[in-house]
Amino acid sequence: MRNLPWIPLTIISVMLFMGIFAPFLTSYSPIDQSLPDKLLPPFWEEGGSIKHLFGTDIFGRDVLTRLYHGARVSLIVTALALLVGGGVGLVIGIVSGYVGGRLDSLLMRIVDAALAFPTILFALLLAVTMGQGLRTIVIAISLLLWARFARVVRGEVLAVKERDYVALAKVHGCSPARIMATHILPNVLNTFMVLLTLHVGVVIVAEASLSFLGAGIPPPTPSWGLMVAEGRGKISSAWWLSLIPGVAITLVVLAFNLFGDWLRDRLDPKLRQL
Amino acid sequence: MTEPLLRVENLRKYFAHTKGILAAKNMGQVKAVDDINFTIATGETLGLVGESGCGKTTTSKLILHLENPTSGKVLLQGKPIHGMEREALRDYRADVQAVFQDPWSSLNPRMTIGKIISESLTVTKWGKRAEIEERVRDLLIEVGLRPEHAQQYPHEFSGGQRQRIALASALASKPKLIVLDEPVSALDVSIRAQILNLLKDIQERENVAYLLIAHNLATVRHMAHQTAVMYLGQIVEYAPTKSLFDDVQHPYTKALFSAVLPDHPDLQNDEIVLAGEVPSPLDPPSGCRFHTRCPFVMPECSQEEPPLRETKPGHLVACHLYPTA
Repeated sequence: MRNLPWIPLTIISVMLFMGIFAPFLTSYSPIDQSLPDKLLPPFWEEGGSIKHLFGTDIFGRDVLTRLYHGARVSLIVTALALLVGGGVGLVIGIVSGYVGGRLDSLLMRIVDAALAFPTILFALLLAVTMGQGLRTIVIAISLLLWARFARVVRGEVLAVKERDYVALAKVHGCSPARIMATHILPNVLNTFMVLLTLHVGVVIVAEASLSFLGAGIPPPTPSWGLMVAEGRGKISSAWWLSLIPGVAITLVVLAFNLFGDWLRDRLDPKLRQL
Repeated sequence: MTEPLLRVENLRKYFAHTKGILAAKNMGQVKAVDDINFTIATGETLGLVGESGCGKTTTSKLILHLENPTSGKVLLQGKPIHGMEREALRDYRADVQAVFQDPWSSLNPRMTIGKIISESLTVTKWGKRAEIEERVRDLLIEVGLRPEHAQQYPHEFSGGQRQRIALASALASKPKLIVLDEPVSALDVSIRAQILNLLKDIQERENVAYLLIAHNLATVRHMAHQTAVMYLGQIVEYAPTKSLFDDVQHPYTKALFSAVLPDHPDLQNDEIVLAGEVPSPLDPPSGCRFHTRCPFVMPECSQEEPPLRETKPGHLVACHLYPTA
């Protein structure tokens, strides 16, 4: 396979590896405090040691260990939010685009409303009413995602449904549900896959932002956004607390976006080189 | 007279032409199909000729039950097809099938050839899986492909092969009528004759009727028993193909024929070059719709709409040049 995006793929693989095997990669606990070891700098700084490669935080917890476990939280949130938000958006986009008419107008106005709504504010509201946690954050991010997915998928459906094979399917006697499932859905999946990869970055940033604001995963569970938030008070003396998870977020989001771009080019037959 | 397979009676399809974003303002109607009548007999071919925008494709969509008519009827074996119950519509779907112009758009790229061909059988629960597979194999052989092709995807085939696949999928439910909407105009000239001959062979074997929509006169001459010429949503000449090609009567049909290149470069056609554009179907000319471009225009042409009149046995023309004999 030539022209594979090796750098993004490597970063994504490392993150997946960290998230999946987090407990086996380190002997430290991500939660238990060890106050004698607090605020140790990374190993290359004066006073740092190999025992804590990326140093420790104010409670003496190993930053690298928390980074591993934080990757796991990000992965779970991303997978669930994309599954719920992306799935709902896909179905609504297909139905809206294919059925058209008043239903389409109605659904698209709801999408407009959902896109106009400030997600962060809504998530804070949810956190207050439902309590912090995985469920709250997945719901909040899904509410942002579904509308974006529905809008793009609908546009694609409008193009696909004009193709002759859809008219022929009617002539063959297919019901609307069957046409949507066997003719429309498979032909918008490419677009959907690209949307998924491009939104991984959006979800990771959203999760980090919400956790940073205190509306996300409650401490002491490590999340990259939460780690940035916890370290910001000590940014002048212990820079690594915020900077290391911040760099991790940046790299992973960048990697997913680059991968999404590559996938879009790859799946667009007009751009494909055979 | 026995009832023909398909009868089209006073069929009209007007599309509302609207403008405006908030309150759609009606700007009039596009009369895509305006009062047409024709019949197709079992096992015969009707050729429908005309330039683009004359309503040929709208007619085919009405017959395929993809659009509802503004007024008028389409009857299959005497039964009107619009406003049927769901059950009756399912039977109708099996009886009337279609092959479209663009073979690159008419096959779902995500389905195997076998699935495409058997779609109408699967939907109607025609038989067991093995029986359907058997039928797909037979169909592939019938259209000149190999049974192994059932496992492959459309992108592996050329335009001509794709049109054969489209034909196989139309034949699957053993239809009585197949609407062929420009079946060969997207194909290379070298492939066209093959497909047309295949269509003829299948007609002989299966006794299926065709509605052949084309703008190529040679195609129609080769295939059709009857030919109808359309202009701006109306039929202007309707005759047995031989009679039409031997004795062209309507000035528009004459113009169409003169636009065809002669068989030999030294031969000269009596060329009739039509002036101007086709008038807008939003606001068709009064009287005879062709009078704005007709080289033989007479005073009454803009006043009175000429009816379709029989000038010779079976030969109908809508033109004031040919008063009833």
